[in-house]
Amino acid sequence: MEAINGRFGIHGGQYIPETLMNAVNELEEAYNHYKNDPEFNRELTELLNDYGNRPSRLYYAKKMSEDLGGAKIYLKREDLNHTGAHKVNNVLGQALLAKKMGKTRLIAETGAGQHGVATATAAALMGMECVIFMGKEDTERQALNVYRMRLLGAEVVPVTSGTATLKDAVSEAMREWTNRIDDTHYCLGSVMGPHPFPTIVRDFQAVISKEIKEQMLEKEGRLPDAVIACVGGGSNAIGSFYNFIEDEGVELIGCEAAGRGIDTFETAATVNTGSVGIFHGMKSYFCQDEYGQIAPVYSISAGLDYPGVGPEHAHLHDIGRAKYVPITDDEAVNAFEYLSRTEGIIPAIESSHAIAYAMKLAPQLDSDKIIVVTVSGRGDKDCAAIARYRGEDIHE
Amino acid sequence: MSRIREAFEGKKAFIPFITCGDPDLDTTKEIVRQMEKNGADLIELGIPFSDPTAEGPVIQEANIRALKNKITTDDVFQMVRELRNDVKVPLVFMTYANVVFTYGIEKFASTCAEVGIDGIILPDVPYEEKAEFDDVCKKYNVDFISMIAPTSENRIDMIAKEARGFIYVVSSLGVTGERSNINTEIGTLIDRIRKVTDVPCAIGFGISTPEQAKAMAEISDGAIVGSTIVRMIAKYQKDAPEEVGNFVKEVKAAYNK
Repeated sequence: MEAINGRFGIHGGQYIPETLMNAVNELEEAYNHYKNDPEFNRELTELLNDYGNRPSRLYYAKKMSEDLGGAKIYLKREDLNHTGAHKVNNVLGQALLAKKMGKTRLIAETGAGQHGVATATAAALMGMECVIFMGKEDTERQALNVYRMRLLGAEVVPVTSGTATLKDAVSEAMREWTNRIDDTHYCLGSVMGPHPFPTIVRDFQAVISKEIKEQMLEKEGRLPDAVIACVGGGSNAIGSFYNFIEDEGVELIGCEAAGRGIDTFETAATVNTGSVGIFHGMKSYFCQDEYGQIAPVYSISAGLDYPGVGPEHAHLHDIGRAKYVPITDDEAVNAFEYLSRTEGIIPAIESSHAIAYAMKLAPQLDSDKIIVVTVSGRGDKDCAAIARYRGEDIHE
Repeated sequence: MSRIREAFEGKKAFIPFITCGDPDLDTTKEIVRQMEKNGADLIELGIPFSDPTAEGPVIQEANIRALKNKITTDDVFQMVRELRNDVKVPLVFMTYANVVFTYGIEKFASTCAEVGIDGIILPDVPYEEKAEFDDVCKKYNVDFISMIAPTSENRIDMIAKEARGFIYVVSSLGVTGERSNINTEIGTLIDRIRKVTDVPCAIGFGISTPEQAKAMAEISDGAIVGSTIVRMIAKYQKDAPEEVGNFVKEVKAAYNK
């Protein structure tokens, strides 16, 4: 579906300071021009394939499927991309766009650090300056990624305001953008923020579902019965869903981080526990109190630890086209360990939320059903934190 | 004529900003009274929000302190209701879209009218999104204040034509907070706005000293000072009303020099 006046149903919009309005308008204009420009698309495809390692594989997880004893499970291996996650799809697109717009500096927020690493990577490749905003708490949870970004030449700014996590990193990146617009592009990492970001990021991530569709038709001669992906802001999920939205036989399932459970305050399951609000440039669902104060959310996963969700997901939920299920820390950690042992694939703790739901769903389905799970990133970055979760005192 | 327009009638306006509930609502009330007594022409009252993305660190921290005191939107309305027993100066709220949206735009606007709030400033609601709020505000004669920034360029006419109350002219790029230098092209911006509308223009963001306020008011219709006052409140706490009152007096004295 396309955003009409920057809206998906009632969601989306451009709730940002006047100072940024011309910047987002210029971005929209540039994007509308370049998205149909054959030269831009040729360059981007070449970058995605030769540098980003696309197309990513669609892998039949035979051992996992047999072990769970139900539907056939395919894994979309975004973890095999350069930089180890789906984030690079969007970043290469936005960095190329920024370069065409004459920008020389990229700024970005990051939660788990994957988007920060991807942005720092693209900046290094394209010779651009790069500043990454990261919640101080996350710089501690994901110290290795902080080093990685610095190694790639980026400046990492630890954000201490608010809860010192992803939402505060977004706020700080927005503040920095209002401060310096001329030479700077804000390389937003998810399908969120003001229009046109949810559309731009969605389009750059839609390569995931485009490939799933082609690969599935080649391997199975038909479309899958369900596509499952984890949702924080929701970029890998919308990328996995997008080309299936019109295919009503394909169930679309987003897995939210429930933290310690949706009946506790320590959760980040926005669609399941939130209400409609306006924040970070968009109208959507947010975890908030009755006065609209944004809630301090919690998840073991720094990448899903965000109190909002992208406006297109909010709309897919409203119209019942996609469903959003909560997955707890415990379930995600179990899935992290299960996929490692069963298939020899260590998934990111974010992606483990999607694996966890597949583990619940697959046994309920007949063996002629097919589900696709997007493994949005690799889990090496999470090993120390998961070990600590299990009581082992390991530090990076 | 609206109370806001009267604040600019025949004089340059001085508009101080404070965050409600920092350090507590009783002190906020006393500060408002002192500001009025010492010549503030219009007062901006911040309703605290958890994630004030247009603010620099000083006002961000005031928001956090107020929320730690469990200040709610209803508490702020009640405070204004009580203040209006004696305070006559025009009052405008400054907060974020979500605070108003979650309260219910209709309920928020009608309560503003009931307690005596003259206008609303929402820095995260640009021209494109304002109808949702402004249409309701109009019903209750509450002015929805428009903002114009140094980057507005081709947007100035469109915004100025629909502006009501006063126009909040953002002095420079970035967020709120004291700056030693303010972009001198601000005068050109004001001239462009004046070609379109006679709605008064007040300049804010980065103004900290009485001299800066005077200079900004001279090229426009008024100056807004926030962070400097909020910083004084953080420092003097319950003794802030007198200190802030003196500051307002100094600014007004600078205006009249």
